[in-house]
Amino acid sequence: MIRNMTPMQRIVTTLGHRPPDRVPFFLLPALQGARELGLSIREYFSRPDHVAEGQCRLQAKFGHDCLYAFYYAALEAEAWGGEVIFRDDGPPNAGLPPISDVEDILRLTPPRIEDSPGLLRVLETIRQMAARTQGEIPIIGVTMSPFSLPVMQIGFEAYLLLLHERRDLLNQLLGLNEAFCVAWANAQCAAGANAICYFDPVSSSTIIPRSLYLDTGFPCARRMLARIPAAVAIHLASGCGLPIVDELAATGAAMIGVSSSEDLAEFKQVCRGKIGLLGNLNGITMRRWTPAAAEAAVKDCIAKAGIGGGFVLADNHGEIPWQVPDEVLFAIAEAARRWGRYPLDWLTTAGEV
Amino acid sequence: MLARLDEFERALLALDRVRVSELLDAVAASQTPLLAVESLIRPALERIGKLWEDNRCALSQVYMSGRLCEEQVDALLGPAATTTRVAPGNARLALTVLEDYHLLGKQIVRTVLRAAGWPVLDYERQTVAGLVTRTCADEIDILMISTLMLPSALQVREVTTQLREQSPRTRVVVGGAPFRFDPELWKEVGADAMGTNAAEAVAIVEGLAGGAP
Ligand code: B12
Repeated sequence: MIRNMTPMQRIVTTLGHRPPDRVPFFLLPALQGARELGLSIREYFSRPDHVAEGQCRLQAKFGHDCLYAFYYAALEAEAWGGEVIFRDDGPPNAGLPPISDVEDILRLTPPRIEDSPGLLRVLETIRQMAARTQGEIPIIGVTMSPFSLPVMQIGFEAYLLLLHERRDLLNQLLGLNEAFCVAWANAQCAAGANAICYFDPVSSSTIIPRSLYLDTGFPCARRMLARIPAAVAIHLASGCGLPIVDELAATGAAMIGVSSSEDLAEFKQVCRGKIGLLGNLNGITMRRWTPAAAEAAVKDCIAKAGIGGGFVLADNHGEIPWQVPDEVLFAIAEAARRWGRYPLDWLTTAGEV
Repeated sequence: MLARLDEFERALLALDRVRVSELLDAVAASQTPLLAVESLIRPALERIGKLWEDNRCALSQVYMSGRLCEEQVDALLGPAATTTRVAPGNARLALTVLEDYHLLGKQIVRTVLRAAGWPVLDYERQTVAGLVTRTCADEIDILMISTLMLPSALQVREVTTQLREQSPRTRVVVGGAPFRFDPELWKEVGADAMGTNAAEAVAIVEGLAGGAP
């Protein structure tokens, strides 16, 4: 084993289901770059160099193992004609859904990446990050899944009704979204992203039952992953995944994001050697953690999923809330370095007793 | 009755509209329509809410079965039922989404309350200032707030602080994802109760209204 790996070596090793030098961790602080640069969240996301600079500064500060090119989910809705609503103390949200009558789906065409200023900013951020890191730190791009995007395109209630009552329109919309998401993910890879995080919480068992997933979100994910030329993490954004874990593994994904409301050890049992795990610190309670609580939470995750590699420590949603103090993030990073060093003696020795 | 309730719950989860209405009609015909609502709809929605909380059914089933029940209540009691019936203790109820663009949680709570046959004012989406003003003007006894985003959940603190001054009678009940992920949060923001699933709203309202002076 190399004693001090680069973040890229660490991630590649762990995704090969071998232990790297230490447990890698992704802090995924999407918003915190604004604070580093002394900008409002809206200003921060208005220029690609802000985000590239913010992410690089955060990585240097906390020492996590990636650069995160995620802006916010509503950016993709904006490409389809939606509105983005900013606030000063959290991520922007999508406004009213751009499609108010589902019959309009029949007349819809997917937006082109090159016509979407927001998406072009992300691509430029990725290019700048890639130029700065020279392949040493993985750059994570993001796409909402074609199956989860409709919540922002037509609204959640309308989408639930479409799923149950209008398979014709559902399939039509998924086809359009797949074309868009493939182009979007591929553009990020071409710009220099090394992996894609495929956010698909609507597929989670929190939102739809396994039976419905089997004929909707699952085939969609299989088609998508076959067309994305990079390692993909399927992230359920803290929705539950245990009931569909076998299918998630069968999509061809390299990693699954695990919710804090599920047991990482149960996932590890099924996923060991097959698919990597990402998670599962509770980002919502994190704002109240003491350094000792952070350390305990990190140890718990490593104990449940660290052995043998195939594990990246992270929050359970894919984004750290704005309200989480830096001290907590430092404590998480510190604990990951302290307790994550392979071969994880503290666990194997304890296990033998 | 329990076997019938089991079957009713299964029919709802399977979204079997025909069976759902057959089971309700049978109770309504042999007893009363109101009893059909109280002995089947309400407990089944509570059970389904609890199943969701335990990760044993999905939100799509919660939502679709709630809609089905709302339809059935209208058919059984007539759409005017919620204007003639009253909530426990005659409490005035209102429901809102605070500073958040996500209305689904609120819609589901509304469906459950309607299925219980209680009138509830729907304030839709509100800011802190707008919400406090309306709550005072309408002399609301129980204000139910749904949020999905953490910053919106934290804003509830502002609402409870202002209401304590301006409308001390009002009890505040919160719910939504941030409160589920952090079970201490509702106390931190000064709420009087929290529901981990929408169907809990019914029991919470009964508890608060029963305990009110
Ligand atoms: C599906 C999902 C998505 C989907 C769809 C979201 C949507 N509704 O628009 C997509 C992919 C689009 C998405 C995107 C984002 N998401 Co999201 N998402 C989820 C997920 C998995 C479910 C959310 C949902 O809508 N559930 C359905 C509602 C109805 O559930 P609910 O609020 O819990 O309500 C139930 C109960 O709580 C109760 N209830 C609700 N209100 C009330 C009120 C009362 C009085 C009572 C008694 C009960 C009650 O009844 C309901 C049914 O039982 C959650 C995580 C999770 N596991 O819940 C994250 C979550 C909501 N997302 C989150 C975030 C941050 C985002 C983004 C802002 C990310 C970003 N940076 O862009 C975007 C915003 C998108 C937008 N619309 O602008 C966070 C919000 C908290 C926070 N950190 O601030 C969550 C909680 C994840 C997390 N663990 O942190 N997301």
